[in-house]
Parts: sequence; C-alpha cells; structure tokens
Amino acid sequence: MFWQQLVNGLTLGSTYSLVALGYTLIMGVLNIINMAHGEIFMIGAFVGLYLVTYLKVNIFVAMAGAMLASALLGCLMEMLALRPLRRRAVSHLAPLISTIGVSIFLESLALNLFGPQSQAFPTELATVQFELGPIRITLVQIIILGISFGLMFILRFWLAKTRVGKAIRTTAENIETANLLGINTNRIIFLTVALASGLGGVAGVLVGLSFNAVEPTMGLSMGLKGLAVLILGGMGNITGAMLGGLILGIAEVFTVAYGASSYRDAVAFGMIILILFIRPQGLFGKRQGGRF
Amino acid sequence: MLNISGLSTSYGSIQAIKGIDIDVPEGSIVSLIGANGAGKTTTMKSLVGLLKPQAGEIKFLGQEIRGLAPHKIVNLGMSLVPEGRNILAGMTVLENLEMGAYQRKDKEVQKDFEKVFKRFPILEERKQQLGGTLSGGQQQMLAIGRALMARPKLLLLDEPSMGLAPLVVADIFNVIREINQEGTTILLVEQNVRQALKIANYAYVLETGKIVLHGKADEVAKNPRVMEAYLGGAKAGV
Repeated sequence: MFWQQLVNGLTLGSTYSLVALGYTLIMGVLNIINMAHGEIFMIGAFVGLYLVTYLKVNIFVAMAGAMLASALLGCLMEMLALRPLRRRAVSHLAPLISTIGVSIFLESLALNLFGPQSQAFPTELATVQFELGPIRITLVQIIILGISFGLMFILRFWLAKTRVGKAIRTTAENIETANLLGINTNRIIFLTVALASGLGGVAGVLVGLSFNAVEPTMGLSMGLKGLAVLILGGMGNITGAMLGGLILGIAEVFTVAYGASSYRDAVAFGMIILILFIRPQGLFGKRQGGRF
Repeated sequence: MLNISGLSTSYGSIQAIKGIDIDVPEGSIVSLIGANGAGKTTTMKSLVGLLKPQAGEIKFLGQEIRGLAPHKIVNLGMSLVPEGRNILAGMTVLENLEMGAYQRKDKEVQKDFEKVFKRFPILEERKQQLGGTLSGGQQQMLAIGRALMARPKLLLLDEPSMGLAPLVVADIFNVIREINQEGTTILLVEQNVRQALKIANYAYVLETGKIVLHGKADEVAKNPRVMEAYLGGAKAGV
C-alpha cells in the first residue's frame, strides 16, 4: 500500500514539478509570476490530444508537438504582452496583470475552439500495466515518470554545464551584470520563456494522460498548484521547484489513500502553510531574498 | 580611442550629466574624479549602454555607439567593471570568469584563464568556490579578471577601491597600472582622488553633472581647487 501510493504520489508530483519549473524559470529571469502559465499548460494538453486523436501520431510525437506549440505561445506572449512593458518604466505589477490578461484570453479561446466538455485521450496506454512486487504501475505512469524526471535531469544538466544555460543563470542572478558581460539578455529572456512554456505544454499532455481528461479549465487548478510549489520551493529555485512538486504530489495522494479524499487539497495546502511557517523563505529560498 | 561630446543623461526629469566632453586617447589611463552624486557612475553606465543618454555623441574607435545595446558595445571591445563589482554570488569563481568570455569563440580563452590566475593566484585557489563567499578585495580581483576575459580594448573601472582595506587598494591600483602597460586603455572613476591622479595620464573633474576642470593628471593634482576639495587642503598636495 505504502509503496504503491508512493509511486502514485511521485507520478502526480513530477507533473507538478514540471509546471512549477516553468514558473521558476520565468520568475528567475523576469522576476514576475506568469499567471498565464496554467493556460499555456492547458493549450499544450489540447494540442497533444488533437495530435493523437486526429493525426494519429504516437504519444511522444504528440508531446513534442505540444512542447513546440506551447513554446511558440510563450514567445508570442513575451513579444506582445511582456516586452513592450519592459521597455517602459512601469510598475512591477503591470506585467503580472498583463499575464492575467493572456490567461483569460487563452481560456476563452480554448472554450471557443475546443468546447467546455472534458475530452479524453483515445489511447490504449491506460490499460497496460505491470506488476513489480507489491507495486502495480501503469504504462502511463511509467511514461509520466520517465518524461518528467528525464526533462528535469536534462534541464538541470543544461543549466549547469552549457554556455546558454549559464547565460540564463547569469541573467537570473543579475540582469545588469549579464548585460555588462555581453549577454544579449532580451534573447535569453525569450529563450527562457519558450523553454518554460514548452515544459508546461509537455506537463499538460502528461496530466491529460494521467487523469484521462483535458478541458479548458484545467489550467486554473494546475496553475495554482504550480504557484504553491514555486513558493514552497523558494521563489526562483530550481531544486526547490522539483522537490516541492514531489512533496505536494505525495501529500495529496497519501491524503486520498488514507481516507480523506475530499480534503486532499486542504491537507496538501495546509501542509504547505505549515512548512512556510517554519521556513518562510521556502525550502531552498534565501532568507534575505525578498524580491518584492 | 573614446571621444565623448555633449553627453547628457537624465533619470526621469533629473538631468544627472549635462553635456560632458571627455577624450580617452589610446594607451592612456584617464581618471574621472568627483564627489558622490556628481554623475560619475551615470557617465559610465551611459557609455556601456545601460542607460540611454538623451543627447551627445559617444565615438568609440571612430564608431558612434550611443544607443547601442550593452552586448554590442562589449562586442566592440569596451567592458565595465561596475561599482559594487556585481559578482555572480551563486556561481563559482570559474563560472564568473567563463561568463566574462561569453562572447568569445576563439581558442585563446584558455590562455586568458591562465593569465588571470597568474595575476590573481587567490582566484585559482578558490576557483570552485561560489563568488559570494569571496572577500571584498577578492571580489574586486574577480570582477577585474572577469572583465579582462572579454579582452577589452578599453576597460572602464567604476570605484575599484571602494570599501577595500588600504593595502588591498594599493594592490588593485598596481594591477590597473599593469593592465594598462600591457596595452589596455583605461577609464577610471574614483573617489580615492590621490591614487587616481597618481596613476592617470589625464584627469577630468566632474561636479554636479558638468566637467569643471580637466588636463594632465599631475597638473590637475596641483590645481588649488582640486587640492582644497579632494586632497584635503593645500598642504597635503601630491
């Protein structure tokens, strides 16, 4: 029972981590909370769903497609909703409001294009499952775990070791210094938003697979959870976002497993509040790091 | 190498520098001195593109660079070591230096690492340490080393001696002189006027956004007004 729930929790949590990573990356370089991230995630889910349903591609191609579409959407948002504000000396709340506008727009767009009803992946993946000792794991879970942890591992490595990854870290640490060192920070911001949105799109497909439901409103609750994880992990901390997501997922699954299913969100968020009482800066945040 | 004329920069409605002219000849050390709030840092930030000047010309190697993005100016060969050093605290000493060479793709980068480590052996000892754990003097060395990794033709230094112990200040000024002797032109902003005039060829005095005096550094040092205002009275002259 315990191990089974742990696997379920990790599976759910890894999708939260992916979503939170998107918030974290954008928080890092732009110092804003991207309120449209949940909706970009939702659009990613629909793109994946339609690729599988109508073009009959396999699930991995669908994920790549969703990643690409979401990344493009992120770029569009950066160009139309964020960059024009950065050029002027506006309040730091302006870009936040701007992303809320994008999120409302995207949700309405999805309602119009895809309809309000929940749609499911027409896939046989859900029924395939394996027994590993006491654990029963579905193929969908294996895909989710593999893709999420794989992407997180690649992202960490890429940020730590590559030239562009280091440029993103430099920009996140101090954009003025990044400029002085000769980094084209506008391009780095563009790239980071694309990357964050792309990860969100993949997470959308994974969550759609996992619950076998894709709907226009799925961005809101996922967005809130991603935000919670962003804060839990310590604003802008990559490791924090990864671990925070896993913690939230495991907490939710265990709450359901041990009988309090209608309280799952309450328990999970209550636990976040508790952790924040003890560590107000989040799990990995810096104490003086008051960005706002 | 650098010719500034009529440069003006404002923050909102406040004009921080008001039509200044500065010439930095190739191979020289030029010091820009002045009190707090005179506009020294504003001048530096305007030169590298961090601030957008309202008027004037900045000719670098014959090319007008006013309004260019900072990364393009770095690419032309001008690097700034900013006030407060701006070390990347969460990245290692080695990574800080690597970022200095961000735009370079030539094969000499490795050689330049060795040069920096030879100049500042302490940085080699601490190369795996995070930048934020270094002392003030070491951070200044790292900031200078990082700027040199870009192989600038013109190096701008904004208050390199700020907050450092006197012995370390002497070290830093020696290093600046060495860098100059190796062929890099230097524009130096300093509040430590005595030292700044000692190593410079030319000096400009900035007061409330205007150049009030300029000339050869030793002549500026003998100017009664400068002695009075910056060198602690006539007796304490250089």
